[in-house]
Amino acid sequence: MFYREAGQYKASYQADQAIFPIAQDRIVVVALLAVAFLVVPFVVSEYTYRAVLIPVVILSLAAIGLNVLMGYCGQVSLGSGAFMAVGAYAAFNLSVRLPFLNPFVCILLGGFVAAGVGIAFGVPSLRIKGFYLACATLAAQFFADWAFLRIKWFTNYTPSGSVNAPPLQAFGYDLSSPTANYLVSLVFAVVLGLAAKNIVRGHVGRQWMAIRDMDIAAEIIGVRPMYAKLTAFAVSSFLIGVAGGLWAFVYLGSWEPAAFSIDRSFQLMFMVIIGGLGSILGSVLGAAFIVLLPIFLNQALPPLGALFGWKISTATVSHFESMIFGALIVFFLIVEPHGLARLWSVAKEKLRLWPFPH
Amino acid sequence: MTRTRSFNEVLLAVENISLSFGGVKALSDISFDIAKGEIRAIIGPNGAGKSSMLNCINGFYHPQQGAITYKGVRRSQMRPHQAAEQGIGRTFQNIALFRGMSTLDNIMTGRNLRMKTGLFWQALRIGPAAREEIEHRKVVEHIIDFLEIQHIRKVPVGQLPYGLQKRVELGRALAAQPELLLLDEPMAGMNIEEKQDMCRFVLDVNDEFGTTICLIEHDMGVVMDISDRVVVLDYGKKIGDGVPDEIKGNQAVIDAYLGVSH
Ligand SMILES: Nc1ncnc2c1ncn2[C@@H]1O[C@H](COP(=O)(O)OP(=O)(O)OP(=O)(O)O)[C@@H](O)[C@H]1O
Ligand SMILES: [Mg+2]
Repeated sequence: MFYREAGQYKASYQADQAIFPIAQDRIVVVALLAVAFLVVPFVVSEYTYRAVLIPVVILSLAAIGLNVLMGYCGQVSLGSGAFMAVGAYAAFNLSVRLPFLNPFVCILLGGFVAAGVGIAFGVPSLRIKGFYLACATLAAQFFADWAFLRIKWFTNYTPSGSVNAPPLQAFGYDLSSPTANYLVSLVFAVVLGLAAKNIVRGHVGRQWMAIRDMDIAAEIIGVRPMYAKLTAFAVSSFLIGVAGGLWAFVYLGSWEPAAFSIDRSFQLMFMVIIGGLGSILGSVLGAAFIVLLPIFLNQALPPLGALFGWKISTATVSHFESMIFGALIVFFLIVEPHGLARLWSVAKEKLRLWPFPH
Repeated sequence: MTRTRSFNEVLLAVENISLSFGGVKALSDISFDIAKGEIRAIIGPNGAGKSSMLNCINGFYHPQQGAITYKGVRRSQMRPHQAAEQGIGRTFQNIALFRGMSTLDNIMTGRNLRMKTGLFWQALRIGPAAREEIEHRKVVEHIIDFLEIQHIRKVPVGQLPYGLQKRVELGRALAAQPELLLLDEPMAGMNIEEKQDMCRFVLDVNDEFGTTICLIEHDMGVVMDISDRVVVLDYGKKIGDGVPDEIKGNQAVIDAYLGVSH
């Protein structure tokens, strides 16, 4: 069967507005989800869970969050690490102060707290744009770093400043195994990713994109910049906050404020740029790419060096990593701002014509 | 063809509008009105203040003096959002489309003021959100058919040729079902055929939907053909106002266009 929409007539606007209008796409997505939920748990090692799958899944969610703000609404943010931290510490505090709450409920509520903080730090965006806004969100980052380190109440006065997640359980089931960790994260990411996709293809998403593409024209056709920008900050921070809660509770188990430093903000930004601004799929591709690249280099570079008689140390590998990231960021920013997602859709476009090139 | 139609209800009136940017007086003491249902043209040489006038009407510029009465409410200035809510639609001299979005999404965005479902339903995209999307899609498809742009429905507007972009921008303005439509040089840079199409659309919008239209245009043939009344600006001052035949015979207007020194 060729990859084609020919013959797939859409009898209603509903069908035309479906999330994946082409049947083959639907089949691929369902198949991928089936593999992720039903096959992976039976074949994957604990190492793969910890090193690859869980980070990719959780950071995908955070990258989707950042993409909502940066890719769809055009508001640059360097504060994603801060919003992850807010989500994580809010979930922690809820679990400590209201111990009867399920940890996953705490994570969700932590997302709402992050949304509130996101709105507050989004207010400057009503006045400033671009570089200046990036600086303002950077302030959010430094403020969070400071607050969670210095205000002891947030860490429940633990002497070391490091805090522990509550035991993960739901309905009496223990969910602390790597498989359970992975599945829980996957459920969060898939459900919230789908919700994000729904929002961006509806009227709120169109308002975000209108603000991104031309804010003056948007305002003149009745888009309220305040509503559009603050909802983007809220939704974005909610998703990032939930990802922060998952990162803390599910992936790290115990953590310090440094887990959500400015490095995390930059990492998420790279994911979004490499994956593709303004694409939910791109956020996932970007997250996978950035998690996998260092692992790949660690495996591939030393044997490659040995071929030429060079001894490549781990330090050298990490230098290579930085260089490759740097080069890729520059490449994508200049050549293909829509990132991996765009390369993917170009490939699909080619496939649609294949095997008849004209 | 010169049209002689009569109108009696005033939809919008500007009174003694003055606007300056630093030392530049873009508009001085301009008054005129737009009757409900008419096609009103604003003409004048480059830099005369035509675009600035439209910008005052829809609240993008705030005049230092004067008042704007729209639908019986007198204001010293509008806010853009308020103008949109009150039924004033607008296209721009330099196309102001959302370049990253498709034709369909651009025109759908034109309906944003009428789409109300909140984030929660949007996230689920069932129930009210799904119904609303389909209901508005129907209206938008009607506009797409009307403007004969079915074939570019899913194309990102950044990839479209200039003439089609102008058409999509008109579609986006129409999507809001405005009562007053401000068109800033809708036919600039078009070839004869495209101009004829655009004229037809403007006339049809006026006829079929009863939309009042205020347009800026440099092509005198077009202006004289399609407009009911014409305002002439020069150096920010009003030098003529009347039906096309009067304007054609107005000495001040002829001088302004021939560049007679003041
Ligand atoms: N935002 C602004 N800032 C400063 N000056 C402005 C601004 N907008 C317009 N002007 C000035 O006001 C005057 C009128 O400009 P306007 O754009 O209204 O003219 P126009 O009649 O639309 O001309 P054109 O036919 O070239 O479009 C010009 O001198 C212009 O330089
Ligand atoms: Mg102009």
